[in-house]
Amino acid sequence: MSLDLKTVRRVASLARLHLEEGEDQRLQAELNGILGWIEQLQAVDTTGVEPLSGAGGTAMPMHDDVVNDGGKAEAVLANAPDRVGEFFAVPKVVE
Amino acid sequence: MNPTDFTIRGALEALNEGLVTSEALTQAHLEAIAALNPRLNAFITVTAERALEAARASDKRRSDGIVGKLEGIPLAIKDLFCTEGVRTTAASRILGNFTPPYESTVTANLLRDGAVFLGKVNLDEFAMGSSNATSAYGPVENPWKRGNDDGTTLVPGGSSGGSAAAVAARLALGATATDTGGSIRQPAAFCGIAGIKPTYGRCSRWGVVAFASSLDTPGPVARTVEDCAILLESMSGHDPKDSTSANLPVPDFAAACARGVKGLRIGVPREYRLEGMPEEIEALWQQGLAWLRAEGAEIVDISLPHTKYALPTYYIVAPAEASSNLARYDGVRYGARVGGEDLKDLYERTRAAGFGDEVKRRIMIGTYVLSAGYYDAYYLKAQKVRALIKRDFDEAFGKVDAIVTPATPSAAFAAGEKQDDPVAMYLNDVFTVTANLAGIPGMTVPAGYDRQSLPLGLQVLARDFDEETVFAVSATIERAANLTKLPQVRAFA
Amino acid sequence: MSYTIEGETGPWELVIGLEVHAQVTSNAKLFSGAATEFGAEPNSQVSFVDAGFPGMLPVINRECVAQAVRTGLGLNAQVNPWSRFDRKNYFYADLPQGYQISQFAHPIVGEGKITVELSDGSTKEIGITRLHLEQDAGKSIHDQHPTKTFIDLNRSGVALMEIVSEPDMRSPEEAGAYLTKLRQILRYLGTCDGNMEQGSMRADVNVSVRKVGEGFRTRCEVKNVNSIRFVMQAVEAEARRQIEVWESGGTVDQETRLFDTSRGVTRSMRSKEDAHDYRYFPDPDLPPLVIDPAWIEELKAGLPELPDARCTRYVNEFGLSAYDAGVLVAEKETAAFYEEVAAGRDPKMAANWVMGDFFAILNKMGRGIEDSPISAKHLGALLDLIADKTLSGKMAKEVLEAMAETGKPPGTIVEERGLRQVTDTGAIEAAVDAILAANPDKIAQYKAKPTLFGWFVGQVMKALKGQGNPALVNEVLKAKLDGA
Repeated sequence: MSLDLKTVRRVASLARLHLEEGEDQRLQAELNGILGWIEQLQAVDTTGVEPLSGAGGTAMPMHDDVVNDGGKAEAVLANAPDRVGEFFAVPKVVE
Repeated sequence: MNPTDFTIRGALEALNEGLVTSEALTQAHLEAIAALNPRLNAFITVTAERALEAARASDKRRSDGIVGKLEGIPLAIKDLFCTEGVRTTAASRILGNFTPPYESTVTANLLRDGAVFLGKVNLDEFAMGSSNATSAYGPVENPWKRGNDDGTTLVPGGSSGGSAAAVAARLALGATATDTGGSIRQPAAFCGIAGIKPTYGRCSRWGVVAFASSLDTPGPVARTVEDCAILLESMSGHDPKDSTSANLPVPDFAAACARGVKGLRIGVPREYRLEGMPEEIEALWQQGLAWLRAEGAEIVDISLPHTKYALPTYYIVAPAEASSNLARYDGVRYGARVGGEDLKDLYERTRAAGFGDEVKRRIMIGTYVLSAGYYDAYYLKAQKVRALIKRDFDEAFGKVDAIVTPATPSAAFAAGEKQDDPVAMYLNDVFTVTANLAGIPGMTVPAGYDRQSLPLGLQVLARDFDEETVFAVSATIERAANLTKLPQVRAFA
Repeated sequence: MSYTIEGETGPWELVIGLEVHAQVTSNAKLFSGAATEFGAEPNSQVSFVDAGFPGMLPVINRECVAQAVRTGLGLNAQVNPWSRFDRKNYFYADLPQGYQISQFAHPIVGEGKITVELSDGSTKEIGITRLHLEQDAGKSIHDQHPTKTFIDLNRSGVALMEIVSEPDMRSPEEAGAYLTKLRQILRYLGTCDGNMEQGSMRADVNVSVRKVGEGFRTRCEVKNVNSIRFVMQAVEAEARRQIEVWESGGTVDQETRLFDTSRGVTRSMRSKEDAHDYRYFPDPDLPPLVIDPAWIEELKAGLPELPDARCTRYVNEFGLSAYDAGVLVAEKETAAFYEEVAAGRDPKMAANWVMGDFFAILNKMGRGIEDSPISAKHLGALLDLIADKTLSGKMAKEVLEAMAETGKPPGTIVEERGLRQVTDTGAIEAAVDAILAANPDKIAQYKAKPTLFGWFVGQVMKALKGQGNPALVNEVLKAKLDGA
């Protein structure tokens, strides 16, 4: 499976990465190099193997339904590149 | 003796006996940093004032009879750990001047035990790299030099290159680090120090900037195996804020260092004998096994048949998780923002400007392997191979107590080498990445030198949550190797 | 006769499925300890987890899991002892992590079904495909600034249950009935307050049309419809639009649309430059959700009686009509009120009073059962006064009015107004005798015209100041008149 330029651009758009002129071609070459190398996995027989998604525990812990966080709008907003009052602000979105 | 030459164990004893104060220790390290950091670039942020204040507070506590397990010990913190009120960069432009309003669990544990933080150390951007060359804050120089060649700058390894270089050059007594595919063990080997990636779940990930959540493992680097044990004991423990944190008691790791290896069965996986591997690495490996045999261990040949698939598996799993973990860097709530004509454009320009090339490459790979139509062929396949790699270890640990391998396929390489070929760079992690995929603990212990007098390390692996055996085996190798060489670039040299 | 829409080419059948997002009733969010209350100051109920800060990790709220299990049980569905959370990846300003934690491949609840009642008295079973837990996003506010959108993350991370139905509905009415019934069940369970105005419940409506007997055609999803009435309108509007497209020779494209409530039409959503590719994968921050079967049993044992069971009980045990039982169980609060009134009393009489005069008073006052001026206890006491013949029915109605006005218990009103029914047979006989003695001419007329009986009743009651027990008055009067 090798990537064409159109796919490189689509993936960049999905990942929200702006590509400069020519960057798509460079990425295409690099990604195809990596993907070609990854391709060797197809040789492994994984018939009947259950996928392992993580190395963590076997069951998730749960916490009690207690409100013990929040109430710190200022700390939440302190690092914001743009804010208006108690809101984060972004360029207007038209739905 | 210069205070920067202490081991952590030695410094704790000296502090206890009143031979030195934390303030003096800290001051000496800050001076060393001031002298060498312009060259080594190990620190991104030095918090001299805070450090001295903390050291004085520690001395005060000590005089009041309150003595934590790491009371007064100056440490460096990988700039991937969020530190309250201190800028945290992940070595990326995209975080801008992000100042966390919270302290990571691991660093909070160290502070609880009395440690003093000197500052935040450099790394590959978002911990993605094996040479520290991808940092937005510039590369780190390895304090070691080839014996006959002072002019060539070597890489410290990555991603915890700043941690390893700082500790090797005696700019800190120890450092926190993280290991996703080898990011503790490979730089430790390159810089001639010890470093342990504990079992996944042993150290909390809460407050550590995420790269690949199912693989990321915080751990320490230090100049001795015992120092790593002391640090790890403080850093470890169940954290209810991390759903993957293990709810298990923390053993006395330092005590395990003295256990010895008598009666242990040590596995030697035949698949780690790579074609074209430098002879001296093979020789070091054999030497290490001979030392262990001499101390009463039994050496057993084992097979980990899926080893060769570990790196390609990793390069699907890690980028996939990273592509999602790094989606939050969008210039809305924190970090750098580059304006755009609309929200999408803002995202794309912010992220294009904020991320470096390697991070972008991995985000692209990760996005692609998760995308519609490719998930099964890549991501799901990788998860299945991961299960097989774990199964290999489960079977091996039915026969042996620990596994010993080389830590890296080579000694530190020169800056600029392997930069053009991502895959060649990825191969650095060939011996270390399996432990991340399986979740098991692994440690680098310095064991010898290559023919250019550059340090080489061996790797010790053991079962889930059996770090004690890792320490026992590593400490035995360390004692037998009895290394004495010091890096050319070091404090007060 | 099934529902169809008549097009130029003949009748069209509708196929409707609903995805309902119901906010889980809980104090804290799904994966953080921030509060879930509605209407708080912007960004005041936000933890660093909810704001997607670096290094923050989710830990699940046990109560949210319990609520999903309860809901699954209430929907007669399979609760899966092993489920998992996945990440749904997409960028949006009010989605701080850049992904929503949801359950894609392994939901907590599997197939179930509910029975809905239709206006013609028939019932229909609607299949539930699945229920899963997920995080809500924050809120984008577009109308506060000329060039900026404001982001409030208070909702970010609030627990939602997405309840997906089978495409089993065939008319706007069925869609409305399904949503009504679902909301009723959730409210009974206490797992969602069902408050659609505040956004606690929203529906994505999948609509397609087909000629009778055909397989499925392409469907469109109308997003985020926030009232039952609008769901019904949206179904019809979207169906009519699709019929027009098909009949004019076009094809319906699978897409996401919005319902414009002011114009009553659906329109295509604009913001989708790239086709959605959510790149679901298991969330590596969260181990699988494993639910102990013993816990499921415990939750099952603690479930309240649900409307269907309650309705059946009212019919079988109380002898109510299915219609009356249905009205009384429609709201959990009404049913609870009714049961308190009926406890230890004649359940049919209680039903008549609750649904009759009591509802009429509430209606007149524009109040609901939760702010009723008359408590169930007081209404019960009123029924007791009827049963022990202290009050006649007519008098009781007067007392009820007075109760609504004053909030006083009926006994007090009876005392204050001296409203005590005369049940003393002697007093009634004396009054009857006096009336008969005074009106011999009327007695003669009565023989020929028995309808004059009512006139005699009126006279006796007047003599008794309206407080004579009507049954006794009738009885005595009848005996004396017929015997005279």
